[in-house]
Amino acid sequence: MTTQAIARAGRRGGPLGRGRSRRGAVLLGVLAVALAGAVVSLLVGARLLDPVTALHALLDPGSGSPESVIMANRLRRTVVGVVVGAALAAAGGAMQGVTRNPLGDPGILGLNAGATLAVVAGITFAGAAGALQYAGWALAGTAVAAVVVYSIAGVGRGGPTPIKLALVGAAFSAGALSVTSALRLQEQETLDALRRWQIGALTRASYGDVLTVLPLVGLGLCLTVGFAASINNFALGDDMARSLGEKVALKRSVVFLGVTALCAGAVALAGPIAFLGLMAPHAMRSLLGPDYRWILPSCLLAGPALLLWADALGRVILPPTEVEVGVAMAVLGVPVFIALIRSRKAVNL
Amino acid sequence: MPAAVTTPAAATMAAGDVARLRARSRRRPRLVVAALALALVAAVGVRVLLGTYTVTLPDFVSILGGHSIPGASGARFIVLQDKLPHAVLGALAGLALGCSGAIFQLLLRNPLASPDIIGINSSASLGGIVALAFFGASGLGLAAGGLAGAAVAAVVIFGLSVGGRGSAGNRFVLVGLGLAVLAAALTNYVLSRISIYQASDAAIWLTGSLGQANWGRIQLLGVVLAVLLPLVAALSRNLHAVSVGEDLAAGLGVPVGATRWGGIALAVGLAAFAVAATGPITFVAFVAGPVARRLVGGTHTLTGAALVGGVVVVLADFAAGNLIPGGRLPVGVVTGIVGAPVLLWLVAAAQRERS
Repeated sequence: MTTQAIARAGRRGGPLGRGRSRRGAVLLGVLAVALAGAVVSLLVGARLLDPVTALHALLDPGSGSPESVIMANRLRRTVVGVVVGAALAAAGGAMQGVTRNPLGDPGILGLNAGATLAVVAGITFAGAAGALQYAGWALAGTAVAAVVVYSIAGVGRGGPTPIKLALVGAAFSAGALSVTSALRLQEQETLDALRRWQIGALTRASYGDVLTVLPLVGLGLCLTVGFAASINNFALGDDMARSLGEKVALKRSVVFLGVTALCAGAVALAGPIAFLGLMAPHAMRSLLGPDYRWILPSCLLAGPALLLWADALGRVILPPTEVEVGVAMAVLGVPVFIALIRSRKAVNL
Repeated sequence: MPAAVTTPAAATMAAGDVARLRARSRRRPRLVVAALALALVAAVGVRVLLGTYTVTLPDFVSILGGHSIPGASGARFIVLQDKLPHAVLGALAGLALGCSGAIFQLLLRNPLASPDIIGINSSASLGGIVALAFFGASGLGLAAGGLAGAAVAAVVIFGLSVGGRGSAGNRFVLVGLGLAVLAAALTNYVLSRISIYQASDAAIWLTGSLGQANWGRIQLLGVVLAVLLPLVAALSRNLHAVSVGEDLAAGLGVPVGATRWGGIALAVGLAAFAVAATGPITFVAFVAGPVARRLVGGTHTLTGAALVGGVVVVLADFAAGNLIPGGRLPVGVVTGIVGAPVLLWLVAAAQRERS
C-alpha cells in the first residue's frame, strides 16, 4: 500500500515539482493560446478579413490594395504586442518574486507613473520625439520611481511589505500624476499629444521604434529571466537566500535594473499599461507552481497571449471605435486584482 | 493633603479633580479648533487682499458695502468676481474634502482610507467627465454625475471588501486602489475621445481647479454644506463611538449599522459635491485628518479636519496664483506636489511608530 501511495505521488509529480511532462503540456497550451491570439489580432478589427484574403494580403504587401495596408498595420501592431507583452509580464513576475509581493505590477507600484512623468517632461522641455528618446526618459523616470517607492516602503518593521509597496506606489503615482497634469496644461498642443499618449496602445510604434527598444528589452529579459534561480532563493526570505550563498543586495539590484529596463522599454513603445504584469505571472504560477525558472520563461508566452487577446477584444467591443489596449487591460485586470485580494492571504503577507 | 479627611470630602475632591482634568483635556481641542477657524479666516483674507493685485482692507470693506473705489474702477470687479469667489469656493471645497476624508479615516480606522486613495474622488471625476462629455452637463448636471460615480464606487468597494478572510481594513483600501486605477483609465479614455476644446476644459477640471469659481457654484456647494455638515455634527458622537469598536458602540446603545452607513453616505456626498464644484483637488482629504489630529494632540476631530482642509486649499490656491510669474497653476497641482511627500512621510512615520 505504501509503495502504491509513493508511486501515485510520483506520478502526480509530488508537492514541489508537478512533473516535466505536465509543465511541458501547459507551456504548449500557452503557446497555442498565444499563437491563436496573434492570428485573431491579424484577422479581427473594424474590418473582418477571412484567412485566405488575409494571407494573400500579408504575402503581397507591395500591392497597395486596402487589404494589404490593413494587414501591414495589424502585423506591426501584433509585433509590438508580442514585445510589450513579454516585457511587461516578465517585469511583473520578477517584481513579484524579488519583493515577495503578490501585488507586483508596474502600474500598481508607480513605475508607469514615473515613466509617464519623465516622458511628458521630455516632450515638454526637451522636445523629445521618437522611441529612442522616449525610452531614455522613460528609463530615468522608471528608475527614480523604483528607488523612491522601494526605499520608502522599506522603512520600518518588516521591510517593504506588499501593502506598504502598493500604498507608496499609489501615493507616488498620484503625486507624479499631478506634476504630469501641470505639464500637460501648459499648451493645448501638448495636451492633444499627451491625452492620447497616456493611454497604453499598440498602434503608435513603428518597426524602427521596435528595433530601437529591442536591445533594452533584451537586456531586461537577460537580467530577469536569467536570474530566475536567484529569484527562487529570494522567495525563501533574505536570510535563507544569504545562507544559500546569494549576494542578496547585489542580485536584487541587478534584477531591479532588469525590471526597470523592461518597464521603460514597454512604456516607450506602448505607453503605460497596467495589470498585465500582475495577471500573467499569477496565471502561470497557478498552472506551473512556484518555481520562477518555469514562471518567468512561460511569462514570455503568456504576456503576449494576454495582451493580444485584450487588444483584439478592445477592437470589437465598442464598434465602430476601438478601445485602446491600456483601457481594455484595466477593465480585465481590476476584477482579477480584486479577486486576488479577496481570495489570497495577500493582504496580510 | 491632610491624611484625616472624611470619606465624602475625599470623594468630592476626587470628583473635582476629574472634572478639572477633563476640562483641561477638552480645552486643547477647543483652542486648536478656534485657532484653525481664525487661520481659515486669515487665509481667505490673504487670498483676497494680497497677491499680484493687492487690495487694502478699508477698500475691501467699502467694496463689500457696495461702493466702488474712486480711481480704481476695476477693483470692484476683480474682488467680487475673481478673488472673493476663488477664496470662498476654495474654503468650502476644502471644508467638504477635509471632513469627508476624516469620516472615512475614522470609520475604517485607517489613515490611508481617504477618498482620494480609495477611488471615491477618481470615480466622482469619471462620473463628472462622462456627464460633461456625453450629456454636455455643467453645474448641477456635473454634480449629479460626480455624485453617481462616487456612490457607485462606494457601494462597489464596500460590497467587495466585506466577507472573506484577512483584515477588512486593508482589503478595503486595496479594493479601492484597484478601482481608482480603473476609474483613471476610463477617465483617460473619455478624455481622449472628446474634442480638444472640451478636453482642455475637462483636463483643468480633472486637475482640481478654482478657475471656474463663480457665485452659482458657491451657492450650490454652500447649500449642500449647510445641509450635510449639521448632519455630520449630529452623527459625530456615534461615529466616534463606532470608531472605538463596534461591539463597544453597540453596548453603549449606538445603532452601529445606521451610523456606519449614514457616515459613509455623508462622506461620499461631501466628497462628490466638492469634486463636482472644483474637480478632485488631490490629497486634501487625505492630509487634513492626520494633520488636525496631530495639532489637537491625538484625538480625532472632524471639525478640525474640515478647517485644516479649508486652510490648505485656500493657501495652495494663493501659492498656485503667485508661484509662477505670468501663469496660473490649477490648485490641484500645488496640493499634489506638496501632498505627495507629506503622504510618503506619513506612511514612513506610521511604520516607524508601529515598529
